[in-house]
Amino acid sequence: MELKDKLISSFFAFEEQIDVNSEVHNIRSEAMKNFEVSGFPSRKDEDWKYTSLKSILKEDYSIFPKKEDAIEYKDVKKYFIHDIDAYTIVFIDGIYSSHLSQTTHDKIDACLMSSALTKDKYKPVIEKYFNKIAPKTSLNSLNTAFSREGAFINIPKNTVADKPIQILNFSTGNESALMLQPRNLVVVGENAHVQIIERHQSLTDNAVLTNAVTEIYADKRAMVDYYKIQNDHANASLIDNTYVEQQGESNCSVHTFSFGGKLTRNNLQFFQKGEHIDSTMKGVTIIEDKQHVDHNTLVHHIEPNCESHQDYKGIYDDRSVGVFNGKVLVEKEAQKTNAFQSNNNILVSDKATINSKPQLEIFADDVACSHGCTIGQLDEDAMFYLKSRGIPAKEARALLMYAFANNVLSSVKIPELQKRVNKLIANKLNVSLGFDL
Amino acid sequence: MLKIKNLHASVEDKEILKGINLEINAGEVHAIMGPNGSGKSTLASVIAGKEEYEQTEGEIIFENEEISELEADERAHKGLFLSFQYPVEIPGVSVTNFMKTAINETRKAQGLEDMPAKDMLKKIREKSELLDMDRKFLSRSLNEGFSGGEKKRNEIFQMAMLEPKLSILDETDSGLDIDALKIVSNGVNKLRTKDNAVLVITHYQRLLDYIVPDYVHVLLNGKIVKSGGKELAYKLEEQGYDWIKEEMKAL
Repeated sequence: MELKDKLISSFFAFEEQIDVNSEVHNIRSEAMKNFEVSGFPSRKDEDWKYTSLKSILKEDYSIFPKKEDAIEYKDVKKYFIHDIDAYTIVFIDGIYSSHLSQTTHDKIDACLMSSALTKDKYKPVIEKYFNKIAPKTSLNSLNTAFSREGAFINIPKNTVADKPIQILNFSTGNESALMLQPRNLVVVGENAHVQIIERHQSLTDNAVLTNAVTEIYADKRAMVDYYKIQNDHANASLIDNTYVEQQGESNCSVHTFSFGGKLTRNNLQFFQKGEHIDSTMKGVTIIEDKQHVDHNTLVHHIEPNCESHQDYKGIYDDRSVGVFNGKVLVEKEAQKTNAFQSNNNILVSDKATINSKPQLEIFADDVACSHGCTIGQLDEDAMFYLKSRGIPAKEARALLMYAFANNVLSSVKIPELQKRVNKLIANKLNVSLGFDL
Repeated sequence: MLKIKNLHASVEDKEILKGINLEINAGEVHAIMGPNGSGKSTLASVIAGKEEYEQTEGEIIFENEEISELEADERAHKGLFLSFQYPVEIPGVSVTNFMKTAINETRKAQGLEDMPAKDMLKKIREKSELLDMDRKFLSRSLNEGFSGGEKKRNEIFQMAMLEPKLSILDETDSGLDIDALKIVSNGVNKLRTKDNAVLVITHYQRLLDYIVPDYVHVLLNGKIVKSGGKELAYKLEEQGYDWIKEEMKAL
């Protein structure tokens, strides 16, 4: 059976497990209809020109994992940022793991989507924000149709989350192939702050397809920093759909570190719905073999006096493929917009590919927008400089690549995370740098 | 220490060096002066082993070994150092970490273990004090956002750390105000011993007031056309290069 048909029939089974007499379920049913009509995107869609889902859709995925599988903390500790105090929300094969998690309802909510979708006290928040930010694309609709579990984070007005929140999605490989559809909602009130780290990690080489949707709402003057670590096994694929709606004077950033996985597609969109908003997206991609990473971004400048900053860097080895499709849309009313975009790539192997497509659509006349894209090898002058100091070509090349990627990290606000990603970069590049990180 | 014989070099098939002869012994300071485009920086880059320059003829003998075929890093391991006219910015690597890598790679090539962290720190402290460098400076990304003077001071700091036998200073005075010039020259002078040597490449005589040369050579159109003592530098400063060109024509 084709995956699409399997999903459609699974939806009936899904409906037997949940409360169908709710407003949320009406949204799910609508979404399912939408997915039935549109199906999975193909390369005929302009936004999917360089990324084909064909090879990952042919697996026979289980839609519902059999049961919660206990895993020991010691076996997965390395995937936590464990040297800092943090709230953690852990899912194993899509099911909440209470023994690995540390949730809270004290001052802030860092808890479960399953509670938020069913409990009366969260009803107003769900009504206001759930499925209100994510556009109705076919993949979002598919996720919405099956939305049941994920992280729910709610930071009330004037509250600073006292520690970062980690969301970890493990897959055990108990199923030969598994499809997961986590659904996260992050609501950050006026003048509230939060930092979130998210990771999808399979524990075996069995196939996993994750189609995740995260909606983030940042009220006036809110600050949200979201970090995504994507360093998964060779048969794990991720379609990450993240949408950020910002109100006036809010400041949101999303950093995406893509170091591994079979196919990774990041749909990341920011909607600026007030003045003096700052939006930042940064990414480092370092891949090899036949891995594929696609960043598809949008910043929608709707109101005047806002800024956006995009900085994506990629290093591609072997036959790996990178895609950067970054759109900046500046509406007529969005005067005095400052929008910056840069995408720099290094192709280490002559078989590696990068497709870089910046798109600027500007309807306002008083704006400062810039974009730049480079694809190249390492700078010869820099190589000579390093070699003249006694650093051999191989080490010089590694050091320059490390520096190239590492440079994006200065805006990471959690020092332990910065250090961790630093080390991941050095490991990825297989560099002996001659100094401790 | 360094013997250059009939050196010819081209870049993109254009001959820039047209038969250079030069000999530098341990303990000496040599200066090469010449107008823009005479080939001064090319000479420095060719000695250091920059690949874009093709050495078409001649020999470069350093410490009794022909080094023309060696890579830039191998030349550095033998004790050659080039202070760049335009040091390259490397965002993402701090000055300290860069120095650790450079020193330990050099030690590895010489069959030595990594320098113990404690010794490394001590050395970094000593040499940065010699050049009156702020400690904060050492944790900044290499050359990124450095002023012209900071870049040059950082070059001489690297020279102090690597302790080369022959240091080539390519236009080290350009971009320096008088105070920075004094600090940099003072650093270079303190690093001089009877066993090492310095080759100063400069456009102006100004630097030579501080780093006093034993020999001055004039480079014109890819050839050394005149050599003399430090008084030659003063004459060039006062009278320019035209009189030498006239002399050449007369020959």
